[in-house]
Amino acid sequence: MTTLTDPPKETFRLSMLLYDTRYRSATIQVIAMFAFMLLAAWLINNTIINLNNLGKEVTFGFLGETAGYDINQRLLDYNSQDSHIRAALMGLLNTLVVAVLGCITATIIGVFVGVMRLSSNWLIARIMTVYVETFRNVPVLLWIVLAMAILIESLPAPRAFRGEDATASMNLFDSVAITNRGVYIPEPLFSRSLGDIHLLGEHALRFDVSMDLMAILIVLALSIFGMRKVSAKANATQAATGDRPKTWHIQLGLLFVPMIVLLVALGFHLGYPELKGFNFKGGTYMRNSLIALWLALSLYTAAFIAEIVRAGILAISQGQTEAASALGLRPGRTMRLVILPQALRVIIPPMISNYLNLTKNSSLAIAVGYMDITGTLGGITMNQTGRELECVLMLMLVYLAISLSISGVMNWYNNSVKLVER
Amino acid sequence: MKKSVFMGALTLAGLAAGAAAAGTLDDVKARGKLNCGVTTGLVGFAAPNANGEWEGFDVAVCRAVAAAVLGDSTAVEFVPTTGKTRFTALASGEIDMLARNTTWTFSRDVDLKFEFTGVNYYDGQGFMVPKELGVSSAKELDGATVCIQTGTTTELNLADFFRANNISYEPVPIETNAEAQQQYLAGACDVYTTDASGLAATRATFDDPAAHVLLPEIISKEPLGPLVRHGDHEWGDVVRWSLNALIAAEELGITSANIGEMAAGTNNPEINRLLGTEGTLGEMLGLDAGWAKNAIMVGGNYGEVFAKNIGEDTPIGLARGLNAQWTNGGLLYAPPFR
Repeated sequence: MTTLTDPPKETFRLSMLLYDTRYRSATIQVIAMFAFMLLAAWLINNTIINLNNLGKEVTFGFLGETAGYDINQRLLDYNSQDSHIRAALMGLLNTLVVAVLGCITATIIGVFVGVMRLSSNWLIARIMTVYVETFRNVPVLLWIVLAMAILIESLPAPRAFRGEDATASMNLFDSVAITNRGVYIPEPLFSRSLGDIHLLGEHALRFDVSMDLMAILIVLALSIFGMRKVSAKANATQAATGDRPKTWHIQLGLLFVPMIVLLVALGFHLGYPELKGFNFKGGTYMRNSLIALWLALSLYTAAFIAEIVRAGILAISQGQTEAASALGLRPGRTMRLVILPQALRVIIPPMISNYLNLTKNSSLAIAVGYMDITGTLGGITMNQTGRELECVLMLMLVYLAISLSISGVMNWYNNSVKLVER
Repeated sequence: MKKSVFMGALTLAGLAAGAAAAGTLDDVKARGKLNCGVTTGLVGFAAPNANGEWEGFDVAVCRAVAAAVLGDSTAVEFVPTTGKTRFTALASGEIDMLARNTTWTFSRDVDLKFEFTGVNYYDGQGFMVPKELGVSSAKELDGATVCIQTGTTTELNLADFFRANNISYEPVPIETNAEAQQQYLAGACDVYTTDASGLAATRATFDDPAAHVLLPEIISKEPLGPLVRHGDHEWGDVVRWSLNALIAAEELGITSANIGEMAAGTNNPEINRLLGTEGTLGEMLGLDAGWAKNAIMVGGNYGEVFAKNIGEDTPIGLARGLNAQWTNGGLLYAPPFR
């Protein structure tokens, strides 16, 4: 005979929270959560009390007040009578400009150096090693300051271009002026311009859209659409008949003919820089603060990217190359079709953090007087209005937003190139 | 995202934590040291000398306050600040007072919650250009590249001046005087603008000062003076009256040479009150009776400090001008010690 006993009834004692492994982790998490919230509450409370003692309250009204200062590099129209928020917008655009330029250049240099470092040519591989080790082991601020100092001290001042016995002259058929204030390059001008559309009227976030640029972009998009059609048709013909029709002349024609027609219609010409008064006038002016920052950030970040690229390529086993060769693929195709698609999986995630680093490092811009958002909102505005807390919080939100956007885009790209695992 | 905001709040709270509580005078006495904010280096106003000791016109104010409060003019920790960092340093309590040729303006006084304790130098914003440019007036500077220290009133004055005269310019913002000097001398900017006294001080350090001219236009009023945090009136009084003691000493004829003699007692009751042989002025401030005597003994009266650091016999060579005593047609006027 068997005796059936009921399973012991679940009883719950308080001590089980600590001694029972089923509950312990939850207990610890709850306690940690409380401690964390207490700490946060204490800090926030402390901030509020101290701000009250100083007689300051947290408001954002100062953003609408007149900024009163000028900004040298402005991508939209701005003058000293505009509001602080518009000044911050100018700074934000400057940050984005240097971040985008920097990311592109750093990627190009980084990939090049990374591949070269794996070269079987002893000298090239060693030179690239030296480059990587020098740049990534010295703080980026020093590179920025050094780049600026070199630009200022080694290039001629605009006044050296003046007079009969000028000690400096313009380059490339008098179209480019390289001075210690920056580089002046020819700018595209349109004599029959379509004009601009002013959006948002007098609002702080107002901006103009150039209709010329829109027209060019639309024509370019149409051309590319046409080229894809032609290429799809060629593919279809090839699939059906085995012969691929020659399309390159049609492709080139589709790309260039409509663009040239449009440019002629708009009266496209170049505006050259010219020495007038104290400075060069006309042309596009790239200030040396931008160049120094851009150069230093790209070279610095490229050293990291080079290592990532090298690691990515080395991560693919030699067998893959050998297998590809066995199938008769040439080295170029092996790289493009076999190695890189697999290497990208390793390369892209760390690449994202380097793009983020570059963007955040651009806040060192003030070292060379580049007016990024740290220089406008976090610098002059903060100083003139005395709203440290508000300005720093806004700055943090801005950088957070930029970084999350970059991550978002890169993650999307990562998903689109990663190997589909079955 | 929440985490970042939190971390920021944490940083700021950490900064703000130092600012709490009044009673700077007690803090300084307890610490035995005065934390005084100065420039990162402007010869004549505040710069370390060859021995690493800070000296200059603003430094003298710090030393006078330290002598008045602690009886020791060397008990000062000099904290170099830039135009951008100075107000945060003062508001957060990192420094007890700021003597960094800072312009007294309405918004700094009222909105930034600081208290200017007087004016130790009446200045105005000027322009310096290389002589070879052949510029004789600031109104000829259309299109010029102008080096400017960022985070200062000069930035706003400059924008106003060029706007009012309807001429254009290219601002090059710069953090410190040293960087401005580098860019200006290399020709990366045509013009350097800041307070006229600062220009004179900067020019004095050039290899060839004669190759640079100060333009005649003075485009603003820049009353420079020491400042403290709002709301701590006892401490504000100490700084204010230490400065006034130096100014009054000049007016009353007290110098570093004769102060020993005068401290023994004179026929002039105001001198006696100032030097502590009569009345209880020191006690009212919460200091020793000899507070003003200590302050004056550091470097002499206002006139002596001026002459030694930035006066006509120094390389900087500034005339007294507006900074003469009111009895000599200047603006310096210390309220009575009574």
